[in-house]
This record gives sequence, structure tokens and C-alpha cells, in this order.
Amino acid sequence: MTAATLSTVQLSPGQAAWRRFRRHRLALVGAVIILVLVLGSAFGPYLLPFDDTYIDIMKRFAPPLSGAHILGTDELGRDVLARLMMGGRVSLSIGIVAMVIAMVVGIAVGAFAGFYGGVVGAVLMRLVDAVLCFPTIFLLLVLAALIEPGFVTTTVLIAATAWMWVARVVEAQVRSLREREFAVAALAFGSSNLRIMFRELVPNAIAPIVVAATLNVAKAILLESYLSYLGYGIQPPAASWGNMLNNAQIYLTSAPWLAIAPGLAITLAVTSFNFLGDGLRDALDPRMNIP
Amino acid sequence: MARYVVNRLAQAIMLLVIVSAIGFAILHLAPGGPLSQFAASAQMTQEDLDRVTKQLGLDRSLPIQYLDWFGRMLKGDWGKSYRDGEPVLSVISSHLGATLELMATATIIAVLLGCWIGILGALRRYSPFDMLATVGAMIALSIPTFWFGLVIIYVFSVTLGWLPSGNRQTIGDGSFLDLLHHLIAPALVLALVETAMWGRFMRSSMLEVINQDYIRTARAKGMSEWRILTVHALRNALLPMITVAGLQLPTLLGGALVAETVFTWPGMGRLFLDSIGYRDYPVVMGILMFSATMVLIGSLLADILYAVVDPRIRVG
Repeated sequence: MTAATLSTVQLSPGQAAWRRFRRHRLALVGAVIILVLVLGSAFGPYLLPFDDTYIDIMKRFAPPLSGAHILGTDELGRDVLARLMMGGRVSLSIGIVAMVIAMVVGIAVGAFAGFYGGVVGAVLMRLVDAVLCFPTIFLLLVLAALIEPGFVTTTVLIAATAWMWVARVVEAQVRSLREREFAVAALAFGSSNLRIMFRELVPNAIAPIVVAATLNVAKAILLESYLSYLGYGIQPPAASWGNMLNNAQIYLTSAPWLAIAPGLAITLAVTSFNFLGDGLRDALDPRMNIP
Repeated sequence: MARYVVNRLAQAIMLLVIVSAIGFAILHLAPGGPLSQFAASAQMTQEDLDRVTKQLGLDRSLPIQYLDWFGRMLKGDWGKSYRDGEPVLSVISSHLGATLELMATATIIAVLLGCWIGILGALRRYSPFDMLATVGAMIALSIPTFWFGLVIIYVFSVTLGWLPSGNRQTIGDGSFLDLLHHLIAPALVLALVETAMWGRFMRSSMLEVINQDYIRTARAKGMSEWRILTVHALRNALLPMITVAGLQLPTLLGGALVAETVFTWPGMGRLFLDSIGYRDYPVVMGILMFSATMVLIGSLLADILYAVVDPRIRVG
């Protein structure tokens, strides 16, 4: 076989996408960083001799790399690295779970609006527009202040303020896909509307949905940090990357390391998910190039 | 044109109705509803509560209450603050100036810097500058604003001592220079995300334009690159930025809230958080509705302005 015939070997769409993804170096770096953060948060705490909520007032404000505490201790003498890892569990889980909820709601609303169009579509999409009028942080804070804060409520609230973008993406996709031959064929077969929507149309829009999901995780992690930093998210003594920064401002002069570690963790995680989403967008659909 | 404006206006009014319905629903979602403040106080007996319920008209059906509430909102009666009995609208307007000052400064920085970066990035696509700008924009969009604020405070206030770490002015000194000195850090922090957004939108808008046929024609006619850029490309590439300005309002308002918190800036966002802390629901709801209305009007104005300058839009 010559080189010329080799180059004409057809790649499956999956292989082609993987090739394009591999070329996106920052997305690869992002994926690796996410893996490290997830594994570190999941298994790291077992390797550390410190408990994240153990208070040792005698050892408070120990700077990083002094003695046994790699990242130092906070205002109550708790190990910062242990809190960072446990906080990572909370923040990353919220990011992912909130994304899943937002995707389910967004896909459902978008699919119904795009498929039925007309009055149903108009009403649903105007609802989307209306919720988007509220600046996210304002809406999130009001809802969080009205409800008992915690892991579940924080996750649900973040999802409640993030599903609208997904709905917009899915609606546009479904609206254009439903006119295509395969959708019409499914209708001719006698498939039910629900079946056409969720077995034919939505799977065909999987590329933008995967991209939206990835970017949604980044957004959710960021929103959790805002909410917890402002005191309406995850409540101490439980740690999250956001609430670790809650008191950091007061001790900025004397103990700046309290602000550095969690802030870097959030930035790293969010940047990685954003780059991953960017890479996936290039890989899954080269034509789709939204800024 | 008139038809487009009327259409767009009707849409905006419909949105306002839905937005207000959401606001009303949230108000009634509060534990204890709009009465929670009174219910929390120990001196209130059930009898008193019932009387207040009747006085405030909370015993009527929800649709009637909503219409009444919406009507009063339109007339400018947004209720009174639980804290000091001031009308909500005057409480908001007394804090609005500081927020607008911050938002305007940040927007000016972001537009100038972002457009410059975006245009240069598009003209030298895939150059080191473009790559750096793209990655930089992504990181800027990923940094939590409040944390960036903390970093700025640590570097420029704590370590270098160049900038004040918060507030709008030194007490007893209200000179222009003093105000400016206090404005720099929060405006820069707020401008970070905005600059990244403007840069990205400007870059893609510019890329779209410079690949058009008429640019090639201008080049073929022997026109200078500078003239092509300023007269032909830039004018068309800048038009869609009007919509970006409208789209950016929610982010800008949210960012202002965070920047105000970090820098103890006495604006609307700070008032919002304080009011949440005091469970001052009328003010909280007022600011929520106020900001949503601002976003609504902002995007309406952006759309109409865009249609004025770009005739292609009116038809679509």
C-alpha cells in the first residue's frame, strides 16, 4: 500500500473529531487539569494526616511550607490543603450536578419549544428571555436568601439560573432539525412526538449540547464560588472553594495564602472547563464557531 | 422602521409582564410571604397579623394582588424600606449614582481596550498577539471577579500602597483626584471580564467583515490599507457592537455587585447585599426588578439603535 492510498482511508466521524480535539492543545491541558483536580479532591483527603474541620487554635495562621502543613493553616488552625481538597469535592460536585439539572431542564424546554413552535414555543422562549433579564447573581442571591442554604439548595438554585442558555441552543437546533428528512420519516413511521423529539432530534443535536454542558460546568463552579463567598452558599464548617475565600479578605494583610490557594483552584478549574468546551466545539463541529 | 420599533416595543412590554410575574412569584415564595418581617417580631399576635394582612390586601386572590402590585410599580410606588421607612425608589436612586459611575468607567475602559485588542487580533489572525489575547480572554472570563479584586487589593493596596483598598472617597476629602484614586481599582476589576467579552466579539465581527467581497474590491481598486480599515471595515464591524453593549448589561450589573462588595463601594449592589442581610424584602425586590427592567430597556434601546444605523436589520 502506498502513502497516497493510505491518506484516503476514511476516518469515522469519531476518529476525525478526536484528531481535531488532539490538535487543540489547550483543551487537552484542560482535560488533564480537570482529571488531576477531580482525582486530587476524591482521593487526596485520604493521604493527608489532617481532617478538614479539625480546629487547632494553637497552630493558626501557619504559613505554607512551614512544618507539616503544606499550604499552611487558616484562622482556626485548620489545614488549608485538606480544606482545599474537601472544598474541591463540594465545588466540583456542585458544578457537575448543577450542569446535569440545567441540561435536563434546558433540553426539555428547548425540545418542546423547538418541536411544537407556535404558541407553545413562543411562550416557552419568552419565559427564557424573561429569566435572562435578571442579572444571574441578583436572582441567585434573592433565591438563596429566601431558602435554607446547603449543598442541595445551592445546586438546584445554580441550575435554576443556568438552564436558559441550554434551552436556547436546543430550541434552535430542534427547530431546524425537525424539517429534515429523517424527522419527517420518523413521523411517517407513526413515531410519537415524544419519541421523535428525544430519540431522533435531540441526539442529532448532541454536539452543541455537549459543548453547552461543558461550559455550563465552568459557569456553575464560578456561580458557587460567588454565592459561597458572599455567604449564601455552602455554610461553614463544611468547606467549598468559594467559602474558603469568605474570610480571606479580612486576613489579606497577615495571611495572604488563605486567598491564594482557593482562588487559584477556582480559576484553574473554570479555565480548564472553558478550554475543554472550546476544544470540543472545534472537534465536534468545525462549522459551528460562536464567539 | 416604525413597524420594527412598534414590534420590538410590544415584545419588550410582554417581557416586562413576565418579568414582573416572576418577581411577584419570588416575593410570595419567601417564607411567611411578604409578611415575614412582621411575623418574626415577638410582639405581633395572630390578631395583629390578620389585621395587617387585611390592611395590605393580602387576603385577596393572587391575580388581583398581582395586578394591584404591578399597577403600583408602574406608578412608582415600590413600597417602603423595612429599615428606615424610606420609599424604595428613593433608596435605590440614592445609591444608583455610585454604581453608574463604576459601570460607566469600566465600560469605557473595556470598550477602548477590548475593541483595540479585538481589531488587532482579527487583522493579525493566529499571530502570537492574537493567540495571547485569545487565551488571556478565556482566563479573564474564568477568574472569579471577587478574587481578582482581592489580588488587586493585595498587590496595589497592601504591598505597594498605591491605591486605597475600598470606599468611594477619603472621609473629609471629596476632591476629584481623591474620587478618581478610589475609582481605579474597582473599575479595573469590573473592566476585566468586560474587556475580554468586547475583545472576543470585536475580533469575530472584524473577521467577518474583512473577508467580505467589498473589502477585496476596495483592495483591488488600490485603496490604502489604512483607508480600507478605517472607512470600509471598521465602520461595518463596529455596528454589531451596539447589540453587544445591550447584551453586556446583565453581566455588567452582576459584576458591579461583586466589585462593590469587595471594595465596599456604596452602590446599588452593596445596598442589595446589605438589604438581603437585613431581610429588607421591599428593597431587595425593588433592586431585583429595577435591574431586570434596566436590562430590558437596555436591550430594547440597543436593538432600536442597531436598526437605525443598519437598515438590513429592519427587514429581518
